[in-house]
Amino acid sequence: MDFLNAIVALANYVLVPGIAYGSQLALGALGVTLIYGILRFSNFAHGDTMAFGAMVTVLLTWWFQSMGVSLGPLPTALLALPFGVLGCVFMLLATDRAVYRFYREKKAKPVILVIVSMGVMFIMNGIVRFIVGPDDQQFLDGERFLISARTFKEMTGLNEGLAIKSTQAITLVTAIVVVALLFWFLNRTRAGKSMRAYSDNEDLALLSGVNPERVVMLTWIIVAALATIAGVLYGLDKSFKPFTYFQLLLPIFASAIVGGLGNPLGAIAGGFVIAFSEVTITYAWKKVLGYLMPDNLAPDGLVQLLSTDYKFAVSFVILLIVLLFKPTGLFKGQSV
Amino acid sequence: MNAMVKNVGLFAIVGVLILLTGFLQSWNAAVLILNMGLISAIMALGVNLQWGFAGLFNIGVMGFVALGGLATVLVSMPPTEGAFAAGGVRVVLALVLGAATITAAVLIHGAMQKGWLRTAAMIVLLVVGFFVYRAVLDPGVAAIEAIDPAATGYLGGLGLPVLIAWPVGGLFAAGAAWLIGKTALGLRSDYLAIATLGIAEIIIAVMKNEDWLSRGVKNVIGIPRPVPYEIDLQGDPGFVERAAGLGLDPVMASTLYVKLLYAGLFLTVLVLLLWMAQRALASPWGRMLRAIRDNEVAAEAMGKDVKRRHLQVFILGSAICGIAGAMMTTLDSQLTPSSYQPLRFTFLVWVMVIVGGSGNNFGAVLGGFLIWFLWVQVEPMGRLLMDVITAGMTDGYWLKVHLLESAAHMRLFTMGLVLLLVLRFNPRGLIPEK
Repeated sequence: MDFLNAIVALANYVLVPGIAYGSQLALGALGVTLIYGILRFSNFAHGDTMAFGAMVTVLLTWWFQSMGVSLGPLPTALLALPFGVLGCVFMLLATDRAVYRFYREKKAKPVILVIVSMGVMFIMNGIVRFIVGPDDQQFLDGERFLISARTFKEMTGLNEGLAIKSTQAITLVTAIVVVALLFWFLNRTRAGKSMRAYSDNEDLALLSGVNPERVVMLTWIIVAALATIAGVLYGLDKSFKPFTYFQLLLPIFASAIVGGLGNPLGAIAGGFVIAFSEVTITYAWKKVLGYLMPDNLAPDGLVQLLSTDYKFAVSFVILLIVLLFKPTGLFKGQSV
Repeated sequence: MNAMVKNVGLFAIVGVLILLTGFLQSWNAAVLILNMGLISAIMALGVNLQWGFAGLFNIGVMGFVALGGLATVLVSMPPTEGAFAAGGVRVVLALVLGAATITAAVLIHGAMQKGWLRTAAMIVLLVVGFFVYRAVLDPGVAAIEAIDPAATGYLGGLGLPVLIAWPVGGLFAAGAAWLIGKTALGLRSDYLAIATLGIAEIIIAVMKNEDWLSRGVKNVIGIPRPVPYEIDLQGDPGFVERAAGLGLDPVMASTLYVKLLYAGLFLTVLVLLLWMAQRALASPWGRMLRAIRDNEVAAEAMGKDVKRRHLQVFILGSAICGIAGAMMTTLDSQLTPSSYQPLRFTFLVWVMVIVGGSGNNFGAVLGGFLIWFLWVQVEPMGRLLMDVITAGMTDGYWLKVHLLESAAHMRLFTMGLVLLLVLRFNPRGLIPEK
């Protein structure tokens, strides 16, 4: 019985939040990795792109809510999501036309593009703060829990409850659908294959008649969709606050690099590696150990390895270890 | 000669802008902009050394600035009564143990053959080391933080004059830069960027959480000053008399006097660093750095030790940022870890360097003043703009209220726009490299 309790407590505090957070990071890292693969620079504006897409979705969600439109038990935000994606696509294509294209045609060095993306980051951050302000925004409605801790306890008779928030379930389902679609697109369609070809060897792809501007446009569209979905899912699960998206930049880059920059499969794996390390290292293990160990050995303290504020440090240390020992990432990414 | 006139003109324009602030707003505001402009110019010098001279992409400026701030506290605050006896020894011992664990892990990595055995040995050593470290550290920390937590609850400092903290801040930053440089400098530029970004976040996290060291989010206030206090000046009959002679009331005179004294101190440091940076730029060492920046492979083929030069310049640039950080905390007389924001302390400095002209020390200094002026003044300008835009709307109309409230967020937008415009149309900056 104690053993079951321990497993349930572990699932409740580590597995379920870790899976949800990991899916969000994976979606974010996919966007970073695609831009790196096709456009060949690290996009520092990615966090703020996520914030922008999520902001459009939040505004539309409020509008739908005010009109009384809802999806019943599901959050209204899901209804607004496609429009949020559209808004973000429009924004990114406009940015590409106004900013990035000039440097692409000049064949500027990647580091210049990184600095340019810093400028874009400032502007997007400013726009988002200008429109919705820097504060926390609530836009979640519908059913709160798939299973609440109390129902679970009544069902199983265990001491520990297993709560699954509906947003966590939605995150996982959406992430699986999105990733499946993305891989189908990259591996099965002609456009997707041309993107991969362009990423593998630019010159060869150009010789075979791949239109680079079309590839770049497709990339931005896909990145906009990924960023918006990741941003909205994170916002639903935690809360929407512009600054947190900027802070997500570090774990997202860590995920992409740990997986191997430019490798989509790696980005997903990296997302989960980072998410689970953050959650396990900052989780107080007292409860789980209390169930597993004999009474006289049960720990006194919280058995928390690091306080939650150090979660950035965790993603960073993993990043550093991978960079030092396996610079191309766990899955083979593009050169170092 | 023509370029000389243009450069002097650019500096004169910034000077006029600050003077205008004095005439139109207040002289206190103007001198404050001057002071922060001096500090920003020093930070920009540091980043220019790394980026402009050597092409190193460091976006962890915030961390080095914060380390400088920490140095101010550790050097100048009075030691907390009994704190060291209560837990200081344990804390120091724990830190030594932690460092020893990591050193041992590095040694094992070097000494053993590659394989699962080495990996296992390192993991076991690190895990055991971590638990021993926590077991030694935690009681010490608890004991220190229990000492009058509302007022102190931390180790305190050495109680030395605060000016000593400025070079010490540079040393702290240099030490951190050495550690980072040793691990991350071999990497590609984007990776170095991510690594420095991460280090900066970690430094801030440590300062926010380790209450025994920096009081965390409770902040350290009342850091001793290198200049007299306004209240003492106002009580000094001689000073009041002199102020009256100039036609100033004592309050105004004392605040201005103090700020101007700071400005003098900061200016001394800036001139000294600028002179050193100029000498470095013109020296064989500077030429070598630029050669490495422009063609790393060729420089290496000529027998230049690229890695060592990079490490040197990375440490020097970071140390300058640390000095600037210590100066800023001295000016504020307080250390507030939660006020360190990457947009403000890292990316803004980058805007300064790019706009001013990377690779040119005077450009970086000019950028520091100009961008800091903009950063401060964009907000009132934005409010003015919004007043004009919304003038035709009725009071209380939601759009008017929203626009007026959001004027404060114009800052980031303007900075991004300035950066993009300069990069696009004048990528070499206002005062280009020669």
